[in-house]
This record gives sequence, C-alpha cells and structure tokens, in this order.
Amino acid sequence: MTDQSTAPESRTPITAGVQFDPSIASKMLTRFGHGGWLGMRYHAHGDDWVELALPWREDLVGIPGSGVLASGPIISLMDNATSMAVWTLRGPFTPQVTVDLRVDYMRAATPGKTVIGRGECYKLTRSIAFVRGIAHDGDINDPVAHVAGTFMVLEAAAG
Amino acid sequence: MSDTTIGLPPYARGLGIEIDHIEHGMPVLGVEFSDRIQGRPSFLHGGALSGLMEMAAIAALQAELDRRGDAVRLKPINIAVEFMRGGTQQRTFAVGRVTRAGRRLACVSAEAWQDNRDKPIATALMNILLSPVGGPASEPAE
Repeated sequence: MTDQSTAPESRTPITAGVQFDPSIASKMLTRFGHGGWLGMRYHAHGDDWVELALPWREDLVGIPGSGVLASGPIISLMDNATSMAVWTLRGPFTPQVTVDLRVDYMRAATPGKTVIGRGECYKLTRSIAFVRGIAHDGDINDPVAHVAGTFMVLEAAAG
Repeated sequence: MSDTTIGLPPYARGLGIEIDHIEHGMPVLGVEFSDRIQGRPSFLHGGALSGLMEMAAIAALQAELDRRGDAVRLKPINIAVEFMRGGTQQRTFAVGRVTRAGRRLACVSAEAWQDNRDKPIATALMNILLSPVGGPASEPAE
C-alpha cells in the first residue's frame, strides 16, 4: 500500500487543507489527466453542488457513426462533478477516493450536444461523503443519466 | 499481427484500450497507464477504470451473442462500480463475465486488476437491454 503522505506530489494541483473553490480548482483538474483529455470544464457551482460540462467530440463516441457519446465519459464526468461537490461542501481540500458509483442511463446523449454533469453532496461524515447527480444535455428535466455513489477520505488525511 | 482494437469504439481506442488476449472465449482488455487515464496524481481515474470495465462487459456479451448468432443492439441500462484498490502506474486488465443473457435482458459483471489477478482493483455489474437490430433507434430502456 502506498504511503499517501510520501506519494509523488509534484503534480498535485491543489494543496491539502486549502479552501476549495471549484471555479478555480477545475481550471487545473480539468486541464490535466483524464478530465483534461475528455475536455471537461467548469460550468457552475453552489454550496453543495458543482456542474461540469463535457463538450461533444467525435472520438468520445461509443458506437462508430452513431454520434452518441459512450457511457464511459459520462461516468468520468459524474465522478469528477460529484467529487468536486464533496470538496466544495467540505471546505478545506481533503484527498479522497471513490468507494462506489452507480450510473443509470435514462437515454443516449444527443449527438453534437454538450453534456452537463451536476454533482451534489447530500451527506457528509468525517470519513464518508454521499453523493448523487444528474447528467443532461440542456434540460435537467430530461436527464441522460442519474448517479449515486460514495467517497472516502484518504487515511493519511482523515487522522 | 492482428489488429488488437477491432470491435472497440473510438472512445476505447482513444484511451489506449486494446484486446490483450482471449481467455475462455472472452476478450481480456488491457490498457497502459498514461496521463489520459490519470485521476489524482499517480493514480488511475475512477471514471476511466469504469469505462474500461464497461468495455470489457460489453465485449464479453458481444462475444456470447456472436456465438449464439443473435443480431441485437445493446443498450446499457445501468452500471454499478465498486473500487477496491487504487490503480497505480502500470498496465491494467479487465474481463467481463456474462451471468445471464436472456432474450431481452443481459446481466454482465466485469473485473479489473493490475499485477495480481487475485487482487482486483475494481468490479462492475451491468444490466444491458437487448433489442433486435432494425428496431426504433431511440427506443427507451423501458
């Protein structure tokens, strides 16, 4: 098991303990790594929710020629939006890991349309955060997907 | 040398996912660690890992349906993912297992691991609606 306190920190975009602001943090979190490759960007946020946007792109399509986004990018979008909602509600930035995530696919995302992922943290404990979220492509009342999941604070940060 | 990405969608190929080998008739997918699938520094992104397992589940189901000779379109209904261990900077594998494939509904699990097959880093469970090819394209997952 990797000792989190000595894990390579050279690319850590945010310092633990610093107040989390999704509008600033997402500029870094969505520029590098998987979020950066997907092209995710900040959309909006409130006290306990964050919205990220995932612009449509041909190479994110699941079935060639269909124009319909694969569901993998939707999972990634919701993973990021919900985890940022946790940090936003918690305040000081605390490293965490995804424990589980469930995604229900209501319908295919419309080809060419940007998908908005709205993540909400509805319960926070010392170690665990409970989240839910909706992905839509313009009308939140006509969702593409619903998600529910939990995150756990990393041991080194929980002490 | 055969193409190791045949049947995989653009999204999977973009992430570097390929068919590593075939095991008991099921494709085992593999992906090298890269910035494209990185989440928190030095670790695999949970969404990318979920995407890999989803691809493995769908590939396993497709292989099973091909053996049966069924021409159906797959529509994912839902996926539930459990993350057991942090994915580190090494090659990741995933394979699917068809628990049941009926006429209209299939239940498929998938597992992902790295250097130790006995220590999975994540598992996934998917329900997939099967609809005949030629049916309405936008039929909801009723």
